[in-house]
Amino acid sequence: MSAWEPVIGLEVHVELDTQTKMFCGCAVTKGDPPNTHTCPVCLAHPGALPVVNERAVEYAVRIALALGCTVRPRSVFHRKNYFYPDLPKAYQISQYDEPLAVAGLFEYWVGEQKLSCRINRVHMEEDAAKLIHAGGDAGRIAGSEYSMVDFNRGGTPLIEIVGEPDIPSPEAAREFLQQLRNLVIGLGVSACNMEEGQIRWDANISVRPAGAERLGTRTELKNMNSFRFLQQALESELPRQIAVLEAGGAIGQVTLHFDPESGTTTPLRSKEEAHDYRYFPEPDLVPLTAGEAWVDEVRRALPEPPAARVERFMAQYGLSRYDAVVLGGGSAMARFYEELAAEGIDAKLAANWAMGEYSAHLNAAGLEPGHGHVTAQRLAALLRLVAGGELSGTGAKQVFALMVEERGEALDIVSRHDLGQVSDSAELETVVAAVLAEHPAQVEQFRAGKDQLAGFFVGQVMKATQGKANPQLVGELVRAALSG
Amino acid sequence: MTAGLDPLRLTAREARRLLTDGEIAASELTKIYLDQIARVEDRVHAFILVTADNAAKYATEIDREMGATRGALAGLPTAIKDNMVTEGVTTTCGSKILGNYQPVYTATAVRRIWGDHIVMLGKANMDEFAMGSSTENSAFGPTRNPWDLATVPGGSSGGSAAAVAAGEALWALGSDTGGSIRQPAALCGVVGMKPTYGAVSRYGLVAFASSLDQIGPLTRTVYDCALLLRRIAGHDPCDSTSVALPSEIELPTAERLDGLRCGIPTEYVAAGIEPGVLSRFEQTVALIEELGATCVEISLPHTEYALPAYYIIAPAEASANLARFDGVRYGYRSVHADDLTEMYEATRGEGFGPEVKRRIMIGTYALSSGYYQAYYGQAQKVRTLVRRDFDTAFAQVDLIVSPTSPTVAFCLGSRTADPLAMYQSDICTIPVNLAGLPAISIPCGLSDHLPVGFQLVGPAFSENRLLAAAHALEGAIGFTAVPTFCDSRGASHGAAGQAEPGAPTEPAGPDRRAADEDQRR
Ligand SMILES: [Zn+2]
Repeated sequence: MSAWEPVIGLEVHVELDTQTKMFCGCAVTKGDPPNTHTCPVCLAHPGALPVVNERAVEYAVRIALALGCTVRPRSVFHRKNYFYPDLPKAYQISQYDEPLAVAGLFEYWVGEQKLSCRINRVHMEEDAAKLIHAGGDAGRIAGSEYSMVDFNRGGTPLIEIVGEPDIPSPEAAREFLQQLRNLVIGLGVSACNMEEGQIRWDANISVRPAGAERLGTRTELKNMNSFRFLQQALESELPRQIAVLEAGGAIGQVTLHFDPESGTTTPLRSKEEAHDYRYFPEPDLVPLTAGEAWVDEVRRALPEPPAARVERFMAQYGLSRYDAVVLGGGSAMARFYEELAAEGIDAKLAANWAMGEYSAHLNAAGLEPGHGHVTAQRLAALLRLVAGGELSGTGAKQVFALMVEERGEALDIVSRHDLGQVSDSAELETVVAAVLAEHPAQVEQFRAGKDQLAGFFVGQVMKATQGKANPQLVGELVRAALSG
Repeated sequence: MTAGLDPLRLTAREARRLLTDGEIAASELTKIYLDQIARVEDRVHAFILVTADNAAKYATEIDREMGATRGALAGLPTAIKDNMVTEGVTTTCGSKILGNYQPVYTATAVRRIWGDHIVMLGKANMDEFAMGSSTENSAFGPTRNPWDLATVPGGSSGGSAAAVAAGEALWALGSDTGGSIRQPAALCGVVGMKPTYGAVSRYGLVAFASSLDQIGPLTRTVYDCALLLRRIAGHDPCDSTSVALPSEIELPTAERLDGLRCGIPTEYVAAGIEPGVLSRFEQTVALIEELGATCVEISLPHTEYALPAYYIIAPAEASANLARFDGVRYGYRSVHADDLTEMYEATRGEGFGPEVKRRIMIGTYALSSGYYQAYYGQAQKVRTLVRRDFDTAFAQVDLIVSPTSPTVAFCLGSRTADPLAMYQSDICTIPVNLAGLPAISIPCGLSDHLPVGFQLVGPAFSENRLLAAAHALEGAIGFTAVPTFCDSRGASHGAAGQAEPGAPTEPAGPDRRAADEDQRR
């Protein structure tokens, strides 16, 4: 047992999938040519004024409620002043001491262990523009020749979820984020696309003697959007801190740089932390009011939370926790699985296929569950053939591959490619006889008592029939022939 | 038909009647003002930009092409303060940093009156970013007061006020953050109104202090003021702080003030009011009583803290509002720089004038970590107390009256070295902005040869009450004097006054410099 206890806190930013930006009517888009979605407001022209996007407020309230937060009846926007080329007003409209929502709790699972993390607050703000550094090393500002600004992203609605430092391990941090992401996606407020940075986070990390009350000095990892890198960075940073402390040193309150190539963290100069944001209430906006009735309405319309769904899947479908988390953790997969089950497919069979062939296919094709040619209905048609003994497991996998490849229907493919399972005893007896004739030595050994060779003969028959033979029937026929 | 029209006296009400009755063409009316601009602008310098060609062309279009489709204010020649953005027309805000700025959109208030087919004559001069009380802080040179070219027109809407006073515009739009409409209106002998905060959209008004700024009219009469205000007021979806007025602005007709209760704040009258101003004020109070109103002394006990609170809140907001001017996306960009940081520094160093820099620094300091509560936090508390003072007062009285400015127009350069003395110009107007209330200044006579302004303040959204009372009082005052374009300093601007035929000569006052000596005691 380690003498040191890790303490990790996460602040998560999520870009909301609203049609328009937080404070103007410009479209929120991805991949359009730079600076094509701009206006006097998001370019900070003189005299332009912000107007709050009501849909963004609703989305933020959904997240806040799903995290068990109290939505405050009145919240206030503040100006957060800092001068940088990605911030045309030179201040970000954010929330400060009167945020949208406070005091929530997020429950998540690490293996069989249920953990909870207190949520300090959920607040709203606007995203900065995107800086593109040209001519340098891998798009980084250091060494670049010049930089460009794309204001398309500037002003995108952003929510910040500030968690308390309640996370006990790198693995838990990763699970927290993955399950939080699933929650947000399930709320229909953001696709949380990782590559596009729709969800990104800062982590603060400290260690303290196991069981101690007081928190140690923390270091920070900023603006990450990879679960793997986060876990690697934490796994590198925690031993570094422990080593410093055990050597009698002190941890400096610094921002860390994570190098994905070496998987290690190094402290940056702490000077960069000396920001004075000079917050003050945004005079261009009136305080935001969230009436109790409206908040209740939003609450009633919330979908089932992933954690509750996992419990339900275990109870309703008899799934293990592991299977229930894989299938019920994310709303898209959960919907797909329940559609399969609703088609009358056995829960276990449906689970195996959803987690096996189907997930592999999604990964390979880069699809989200429920998308692409193989709908739950098409997969169900295939699985009904399996359940009815008309297709072997192997045959079914072949049919599935062809369904993907030819964008076809299971029944049609089975008949066109002659992939149906052979359960005709007479036809199979001929094959069995031929196999036994080809392997006289093995037949001798079997008869001499080497019982396990039965599997060998079955395998040979399956091979000879290209996997179409009903394996159970083949087994019976092989034994019958050998004992005859 | 138009020969008899005197731009120094013509009202919008009359001009509108002449246009409607076909007695004058819009192009003829516009020409009267363009001619007057040609005659006096080199002495007054009320405009940063005169859009003469566009004005003449547009007026001709109105005559030719618009019959029944003419808007409510069609053909009325108007000056727009240069802090309201006008698409395609350079908008400088009186600053070098926006010296070349071509707006890509138009301020809501301007768009509304453009929709009414007013004729824009040009963009009026102002203190840089509306920071000042004399229009001496304009990067494009000061405006002079048409009543005495040696004196300032007030500020920051000094260009708008001087343009109306000098007959260079029929009326004008200004903006008021701490008195910037009312004080120049007072010093130039015209009517100026700051509406309730939120009554007029700020969208497209280059922000100085967002929680205080408000657009309003500068006109020759109270009736004209109502006529213009009713077209610009109302909720704008682009300004979240704007609201719909409880009822439409009415065109005032009142001639009496029967039953009206007026309060005179003892704190304002004690605040070093110049004797000449005080005596005009007292005469006007007597008139109010003659019209059937009663006047009582009231107390606004936190008045002395209003000025310091204002000079924390306004610069704090300004420090953030002006941070966007970095030379990257628009406006002035210094060429004296080798990298980005140097470019920012040189652009802002060269682009902003000294008063703007002073306020940015004060505001940045006041918001800094460790000072926020002591300065900005305290100032907001004072603001609440000032507002409560007014609430308490309006439980007793219907309107509050005071001089608009403690002095008449002062000499150019006489206060520029002493910012605190300059800040004192707004002692009677600033508390009104802090409380977000509507107020109007009307001319109530001359002190020596210079106009004195009389301020009426009402509760929030009492514009109609305020306009009615001001209208009745205006009738009783009967202010008919017009500026003389004289120059009390004599030589340098010599021939000015005499150039105006038909301008009545008011009794010449003592040298303005002497009056300023008085003031300093
Ligand atoms: Zn925009």
